[in-house]
Amino acid sequence: MAVVFDKPHALCDVATTYCPGCTHGIIHRLVAEVMDELGIEGNTIGIFPVGCSVMAYKFFECDMVGAPHGRAPAVATGIKRALPDSVVFTYQGDGDLAAIGTCETVHAAARGENITVIFVNNTIYGMTGGQMAPTTLPGQVTQTTPYGREPEIQGYPVKVCEMLATIDGTALAQRVSVDTPAHIREAKKAIKKAFENQINKKGFSLVEVLSTCPTNWGLTPVDALQRLRDEMIPYFPLGVYKDEAVWNKEEKAD
Amino acid sequence: MERVLMKGNEALAEAAIRAGCKCFFAYPITPQTEVAAYLAKNMKKRNITFLQAESELAAVNMVLGASSAGVRTMTSSSSPGISLKSEGVSYLAGSDLPAVIVNVQRGGPGLGSIQPSQSDYWQATKALGHGDFQLIVFAPASVQETVDMTIRAFEEADRYRMPVMILTDGFIGQMMEPVTFSDETPKIEPKDWAACGHKGGRKHNIINSLFLQPDELEASVDARYEKYETIKKNIHDAEIYMCEDADLVITAFGTTARVAKSAVNQAREKGIKAGLFRPKTLWPFPVEELNAACKTAKKVLSVEMSKGQMVDDIRLALNCRIPVEFFGRNGGNIPTPAEILDEIVKISERGL
Repeated sequence: MAVVFDKPHALCDVATTYCPGCTHGIIHRLVAEVMDELGIEGNTIGIFPVGCSVMAYKFFECDMVGAPHGRAPAVATGIKRALPDSVVFTYQGDGDLAAIGTCETVHAAARGENITVIFVNNTIYGMTGGQMAPTTLPGQVTQTTPYGREPEIQGYPVKVCEMLATIDGTALAQRVSVDTPAHIREAKKAIKKAFENQINKKGFSLVEVLSTCPTNWGLTPVDALQRLRDEMIPYFPLGVYKDEAVWNKEEKAD
Repeated sequence: MERVLMKGNEALAEAAIRAGCKCFFAYPITPQTEVAAYLAKNMKKRNITFLQAESELAAVNMVLGASSAGVRTMTSSSSPGISLKSEGVSYLAGSDLPAVIVNVQRGGPGLGSIQPSQSDYWQATKALGHGDFQLIVFAPASVQETVDMTIRAFEEADRYRMPVMILTDGFIGQMMEPVTFSDETPKIEPKDWAACGHKGGRKHNIINSLFLQPDELEASVDARYEKYETIKKNIHDAEIYMCEDADLVITAFGTTARVAKSAVNQAREKGIKAGLFRPKTLWPFPVEELNAACKTAKKVLSVEMSKGQMVDDIRLALNCRIPVEFFGRNGGNIPTPAEILDEIVKISERGL
């Protein structure tokens, strides 16, 4: 019988620790499929963050290194500078990347560091039980914004792709979503490009993936996807914010 | 073998290159500036990576990355910067990663001063970060010792897979002395645990300090402490000077020990039987050596550039068998031989 659908090799054959309906699983699969397609698993080092994906070292078959909260781009920089021909990616949530790790993110981009960053934005701190994140939307109820986020008190969400698009060292800043099959296909293309950019030494590449957190949003998985469409995409529009090689400009990708 | 006149910080940087340090990450701070400047100047011709990080946090985590990848790596800073690095140092220890951390101490707390100090003794030997762990801590007292200890630090870090600290200060870092470098090239063992890509040839390597199950974390910490017991047996070193018949043993490390040695000589000229005990390793603390040095001692005087930190370890190592007194200067002040001699005379007059 012909196999029409299989587990990517770069994904470990274990159950993940993610909640039912969480879209981390889809994003993991896309990263693993890209590793398979590019044949890079054996040369790749992944950095797992602090947050829900802190267990990602159990899910990817490539070598994995744990970073302190927010420091994944610095750890990735250390590895990439030590082994310039390896493929290094970080997998970070919004609290990790856009709050405690903003400095590391911005400066890795400014250096044009040849790394790939998968940024999962679900507008909440999931692992710690649903506190306000740097990307929590105005009005969004969380454990630490029980009356909804009030910009006058808690300020505004951070728009990571828009911010990084202003930085000279950024080669790719693209926001995608995984709420529909069409969006998932688009997300995979972006993730693949972010890895190809690194292989072709084009500069810092980040893909922001809008993601759901049914558990901490207090919604069913289906309603959570609807919220992503109705509330998140209007505030965080999908699209390519920057796509321009920083280094190695003449060499074409692929 | 070549003999050259060098600043402590520059000699330290040169020693790191010779020890096979491939990646150096740091953030500017006085008085460690020359370490970074020397490495920046030499990076291209000596084939090493120097990257000035955006923060101390980033620098130490770049070290964590490079160490995970399997190369020899180092960061240097001074007291306030070391506080910031403490997060990364705890992760290095918890992930069993080798690294060399240099603290060219200055006065504290807070922004403190930029003059030499020894007030990070507790931080270095007791708690450079959260959780149960230790660093091996070397305390050089000369430029030559800075070189020798830096080379050894890389070896011990690799041997025991843990962070090692060179605890020096703004005085030794800034002063010039003649120094000799060995021509030996280091023998670096391959690291089969490194996260450098499995190349399809092995199971994936994981560098991690997370253990959500209490029993797993306890087993991991216990195993590390068993390793520390081996280290305690293998690494302990001290200079013992004129202690054979000493009534009063002065204990001091680093810069302070140099000054204290002059005071001991002057005390001897006055007929006071003084001696000097200088630990070269602060963790593990040279307990046996101290007890051997204090065989005839009736009193011990700990001299430090702090409000008294090593003095705790002196009392513990002697099991409070001998009265231990303290004299120190802080804020960036170095005690003078006359001040220490004065203290020795006072103790002697009160009766030994």
